[in-house]
Amino acid sequence: MILVVLISLFFVGGLLAWLAEFIDPKLPRLVALLVCLLSLLLMLSLLGGDNGSWLASVDWPWLPSFGISFYLAVDGLSLLLLLLTAFLGVIAVASAWDEITDQPGFFYFNLLWTLAGVVGVFTALDLFLFFFFWEVMLIPMYFIIAIWGHENKNYAAMKFFIFTQVSGLLMLTAILVLVYFHYVQFGAVSFRYQDLLAVATSGPLEMWVMLGFFIAFTTKLPSVPFHSWLPDAHSQAPTAGSVILAGILLKTGAYGLIRFTVPLFPEASMAFAPVAITLAAISILYCAKVAFAQDDIKRLIAYTSVSHMGFVTLGVYAWNEQALQGAVMTMLAHGLSAAALFMLAGGLQHRIHTRHMPDMGGFWGQVPRMSVVALFFSIAALGMPGLGNFIGEFLALLGAFQANILMTVLAALGLIFASVYSLWVIQKVFHGEYDDGKFQGHRLSDLDRREMTFYIAMMLGLVWMGMYPQSFLALSQPVLDSLLAGAGAITAVAGQM
Amino acid sequence: MTLGFADLIPLLPLILVTVTVVAAMLAVAIRRRVMLTAAITISGLLAASVVSLLLLFDTNQQVTPLLIIDQYSLLFTLVVCVTSMFLAILSFPYFFSLNDHKDEYFLLLGIATIGAIVMVSSNHFVSTLLGLETLSMSLYGMIAYPLHSRDAAKYPLEAAVKYLVLSAAASALLLFGMALIYAQTGTLAFSSVLQQTGTEVFSDAFSIIALLMLFSGIAFKLSLAPFHLWTPDVYEGAPLPATTYLASIGKLAMFVLLLRFAVDSQALAFESVVTVLSLLAVASILGGNLLALLQNNLKRILAYSSIAHMGYVLVALIAGATVDSAVDIEAVSFYLIAYVIMTLGAFGVASVISSSEKEYDSIFDYRGLFWRAPWLAAIFTGMLLSLAGIPLTVGFIGKFYLFFAAVEAGLWTLLAVMIIGSGIGLYYYLRIIYRMLKPAKEMGSFREAGIESLSAYVVLGLMFVLLLLLGVYPAPLITLIESASALL
Repeated sequence: MILVVLISLFFVGGLLAWLAEFIDPKLPRLVALLVCLLSLLLMLSLLGGDNGSWLASVDWPWLPSFGISFYLAVDGLSLLLLLLTAFLGVIAVASAWDEITDQPGFFYFNLLWTLAGVVGVFTALDLFLFFFFWEVMLIPMYFIIAIWGHENKNYAAMKFFIFTQVSGLLMLTAILVLVYFHYVQFGAVSFRYQDLLAVATSGPLEMWVMLGFFIAFTTKLPSVPFHSWLPDAHSQAPTAGSVILAGILLKTGAYGLIRFTVPLFPEASMAFAPVAITLAAISILYCAKVAFAQDDIKRLIAYTSVSHMGFVTLGVYAWNEQALQGAVMTMLAHGLSAAALFMLAGGLQHRIHTRHMPDMGGFWGQVPRMSVVALFFSIAALGMPGLGNFIGEFLALLGAFQANILMTVLAALGLIFASVYSLWVIQKVFHGEYDDGKFQGHRLSDLDRREMTFYIAMMLGLVWMGMYPQSFLALSQPVLDSLLAGAGAITAVAGQM
Repeated sequence: MTLGFADLIPLLPLILVTVTVVAAMLAVAIRRRVMLTAAITISGLLAASVVSLLLLFDTNQQVTPLLIIDQYSLLFTLVVCVTSMFLAILSFPYFFSLNDHKDEYFLLLGIATIGAIVMVSSNHFVSTLLGLETLSMSLYGMIAYPLHSRDAAKYPLEAAVKYLVLSAAASALLLFGMALIYAQTGTLAFSSVLQQTGTEVFSDAFSIIALLMLFSGIAFKLSLAPFHLWTPDVYEGAPLPATTYLASIGKLAMFVLLLRFAVDSQALAFESVVTVLSLLAVASILGGNLLALLQNNLKRILAYSSIAHMGYVLVALIAGATVDSAVDIEAVSFYLIAYVIMTLGAFGVASVISSSEKEYDSIFDYRGLFWRAPWLAAIFTGMLLSLAGIPLTVGFIGKFYLFFAAVEAGLWTLLAVMIIGSGIGLYYYLRIIYRMLKPAKEMGSFREAGIESLSAYVVLGLMFVLLLLLGVYPAPLITLIESASALL
């Protein structure tokens, strides 16, 4: 029941935020903040539950003639991601606080509805419902980019929408084929996760069906070769949009891989693992290289996102406990660090109206607080021990090493590349000569108290993940164990490749 | 066979609409008052809707050899009557400032509805043709209606003549097909063409040619590629309410009839017929979507998108060749109803801001609609997203149903085409939505002629509610359709 309250909180809150605009244009942001905080509290209340099975679930009939039910459930893995969602929701609202002045009601409506879709994706265990939420989070995000975006927003929003929607239709087809298999084998139509796990798939068709899921999820993740929408979407989106996109939306793809693709198709995934791992290594190295070549600071961060997400794919397809834990930790830590970096870039753009790095330089003397914060998150992103990203990437590499030595060694080079581009950004933007002639009169100002508050909150989060990862690992471990047991370890075979 | 009183009860919706038209005509003869004519038409259609709803659950009867009144036909009679009623409500403010007699438009609309009701209830070639021609004849008039008005829609006469000529050609093809089928089966009632084939007199090829003739004629009416060439011109030239009628009821009635014919005649047992239909579907989906990309006129975009949508529905029909269950019939029925809702809503928004003297049919006119008229823009966005098949809308459930049928039948190529088509389709739907999101150049009302009518907004609101309601909780409609298609 608590899950229904949670999802409807976002949906209703969105409508309220929209209506609140007619009373006072400053009211929507308050409503949105309250909704996110309230949902965070609700999620925290789930923490005490009995771990191992579902912490909470709802199961109502929806379309009985298709065997579709309104089936939501939360376990440790979902809960971790839900907490990330709500936390970044608060951060996103805070980062939009002063930036969004045009149509604020509609903006917060879209923000909250995106979050509603994400919460649905992380909790749905009926594949129809999952797909439903998968698409629900798309349209409000489209609006966020298309209305409040920057100079080339139409192109970016359209590209984002078409990539995700078409890959989504592939997934829908794959879901339907799987359901049809279930119908043939068990004589009943069902979209329930547990029922579909029981379907014995085999033959070349299994590979195609698996690919339907894989493409949908790696488009969202994204991984090479489906990543080209991401730099456009990110560079055009308003700051809060980038935060949601990088922090949460990308994680739905990773979640889909862990929860659905591999468990539903263990054999096909086993056979496909070498390809997936290779794609992951290519993502890590290629996008790190491309990131280095960018002049636009947001595009640069976007490419680093793709690069870091490669570690998640790597971890998932190594499919052993360390690697999976690494993937989950990377998702959480990257959620915070990428969101923070996008906020910094957004903050810079808000102040000096450019994202062009060659125009920047010498900011350290002007805005010391912002510089320190930027240095912290850059170092976090490059994988400094003691911070969350290190734990994630280290575990992912450790696990992957058991699965595929060559690709892991190559992927590990990504850590070096990450140091290069991270420090390079710091050097270009914060060191060197300061020249404000290029900012056309816009003034560079340091972080204010509101901004410092949420940056510090995110820093603490990363330090916590780095220093005491066990508190997160303990939550996801039972879930990953049961997924591993269900699907069988595919490491053995993958390792021989 | 004599017609008893008991036979008249199932025919009540048809009779009511006919009486309405006669009453409206007499009223016009006595005194021309457009308000009165419209009121008579609307209330008559409302009565017919109510009656068909009442009859819906326990009627299954062949009335005369020409018409079958079962749950399937009554369901669509209901849809046709309700849609016509809404269209009459939308037409009233649109034509209000027309510098000509306005009453006859409502008569034509009523007569067209008679034709559509006959079509959805038909299981005999004679009634098929009667219904079809009644519908088409009235549509010629509706399309050309604002002919004498100086500022009216751009090319009503051209559109009407184009539709007339091509429609007549299609009817001729249809008739030829019917004649060939009659030559084999010896009956004009829909019946299996399988029993007679393979005998000495008639080879398979004979039935196949007959069926292909028939399907070509139908494809003309449904504007399936490559028989679609009239569609964009007629859509663009006709006044908006007439376009809407043609796009919603015109397509719906024809497809309902096609479905019944396909089931009764077992035409899909012939592999070559299935191949031809698949090619039509592929051509329509790809052609419709690709051509829509190039348009800047809203009516033309929706015309091409309707071509694509008819292609999608055809895929479900083709699925009927291989599946055992009734999922194909359900999918077609559901999608048609969804399609009517979306079409009515999308064209409805355009006709609410337009009038017979000034149509806003370029997508550039819709710039900033979100900030000028947020509710209209929300409704329009909903309709477009639904046409694109996005969740929370009925279009998503409809597309899901089509995919379900296609997967069950294993039509992988057609599925791939549908996915590609939907992907292309997104582009032009989003293009319109994006225009609406841009800052407005000017604020305030669009209206230059015609009147504001609260009832038109109520209709649009109702469509929007239906769109969302059936998109989130379609179970009642699905149950209804399931029981209706079980009997087919």
